[in-house]
Amino acid sequence: MKQTLLLAFLAAITAGIAQAADQMRMAVTTSFHNSGLADVLLPEIAKDLDLEVQLLVVGTGQALRLGEAGDVDAILVHSRSAEEAFVADGFGTHRREIMYNDFIIVGPSDDPAGTATAETAAEALQSIAASNAAFVSRGDDSGTHKKELSLWADADLAADTFGEWYRAVGAGMGAALNTASGLNAYILSDRASWLNFGNKGDLAMLFSGDPVLFNQYAYLPVNPELHPHVKTDLVSKLETWLTSDRAQALIDGYTIDGETLFVFNAEPVSN
Amino acid sequence: MHDPPATSWRLLRTGLVSPRKTGHFHAKQAKGGSAIVDLWEGLRHAFWLVVTFDAELADIALRSLRVTLTALFIACLIALPLAALLAVRRFRWRRATIAMLNALMGLPPVVVGLIVYIFLSRSGPFGALGLLFTPTAMIIAQVIIIVPLIASIAHQSLRELWAEYHDLLISLNVTQMQKMCTLLWDARRALLTAALAGFGRGIGEVGAIMIVGGNIDNATRVLTTAIALETGKGEFALALALGFVLIALALGVNLLIHWIGQTERDSRW
Repeated sequence: MKQTLLLAFLAAITAGIAQAADQMRMAVTTSFHNSGLADVLLPEIAKDLDLEVQLLVVGTGQALRLGEAGDVDAILVHSRSAEEAFVADGFGTHRREIMYNDFIIVGPSDDPAGTATAETAAEALQSIAASNAAFVSRGDDSGTHKKELSLWADADLAADTFGEWYRAVGAGMGAALNTASGLNAYILSDRASWLNFGNKGDLAMLFSGDPVLFNQYAYLPVNPELHPHVKTDLVSKLETWLTSDRAQALIDGYTIDGETLFVFNAEPVSN
Repeated sequence: MHDPPATSWRLLRTGLVSPRKTGHFHAKQAKGGSAIVDLWEGLRHAFWLVVTFDAELADIALRSLRVTLTALFIACLIALPLAALLAVRRFRWRRATIAMLNALMGLPPVVVGLIVYIFLSRSGPFGALGLLFTPTAMIIAQVIIIVPLIASIAHQSLRELWAEYHDLLISLNVTQMQKMCTLLWDARRALLTAALAGFGRGIGEVGAIMIVGGNIDNATRVLTTAIALETGKGEFALALALGFVLIALALGVNLLIHWIGQTERDSRW
């Protein structure tokens, strides 16, 4: 009896070690993963390249930290200045733009701050601040959070001086949307996460379309000189695939409720 | 080995209980009574997941079991002899060790996760092993979390038994090892309770394994981290369904172990 149990344990442990052909790890942002695009791309990558991409779904801040420590092989994030600093500091070999989506402002459907009639994103945010309507901020140093802070700055407002109406939850996109839904508050979200979100409550999409809200995703391979164990060949294979016509067709063709979410804009040849 | 990633979840989401539909449902119900609807929806969802034997669910549930049972097995190998040693042997730091073990029962899993993470990270002291974001890392974290719990509970019952056996075993002039083995064998039922407490803490734990495992689909996703993920997406029904499966699993393992141990049977208590 005991021996069988022991053998079963050993079998169970070794079963965990047996794995598929090629594997690499990529840190991606919650907003990318929540959009559902990963569920479309990963099976195709597995089919075309015989490569299993293991996704670590974290905020941009943590994704960059994972890359710095060498715990992932590549990252796919959306915060340009942080990405450029990552490459400049030698943690990544280069930055390759892949696609973009856009941010939207979501809020209570009766829109107490009147954001729906705003001309620009800055104006919309100013009207929220002026009305003291509740606003949920990601507050987790993610790409979306950094974007939100830069938008407040564009609107000549400083987020750290805000009163109680400004709630920094320190959570991922989905959890922050859950909080906004519970508080019936305004929130800045990417379009994909919003469309895929299952607990909308009384919230509605109120403002979108200002070009300042565009959200560029870039692919950053981790520097193999710092971390020799990084699977450089697989990383560049994936980069070639992500910038190929095949990826373009899948990315541009991905829709939710008839809305296109991502626009492919990778340059054909990397520099 | 398994289905291509995500297909079965997606099938389930768009097929049996579509999230688009539930999303719509939420929008209508949000102002009153949606919590109860969510609960029912969760139960219904859980039922269908189990009845249709969803391949991905089975995969995740088995991984949960594998990680926690392996951690439990290793933790018992460490904790039970330690508890017996603390019961029979008198040494200078004994009281301090017992007090420490008791205090560590309340070890916050998130902190354990973070510390294990830092040690296993590529830039940490054990980085070369490449263990971060693997089931092994999750097992290591869980062993650290449940060893103090099992050792403390086991020590409590062994100490009482030792008070009874002390004179007899001393008069028989047996070795230290024999004393420990006698105690461990005769207290086996109480030790089973200790192990089950450890299992309970491990299987329901999310803070540590989320950090060291990374919740990677098809690699380190277990029931608790999947629940956290689905909650984050606002898919409360699916999250609840997974929760019910987790509860059923924990109950099942407990009952199975009691049955194997033949407690509560005949005249034996």
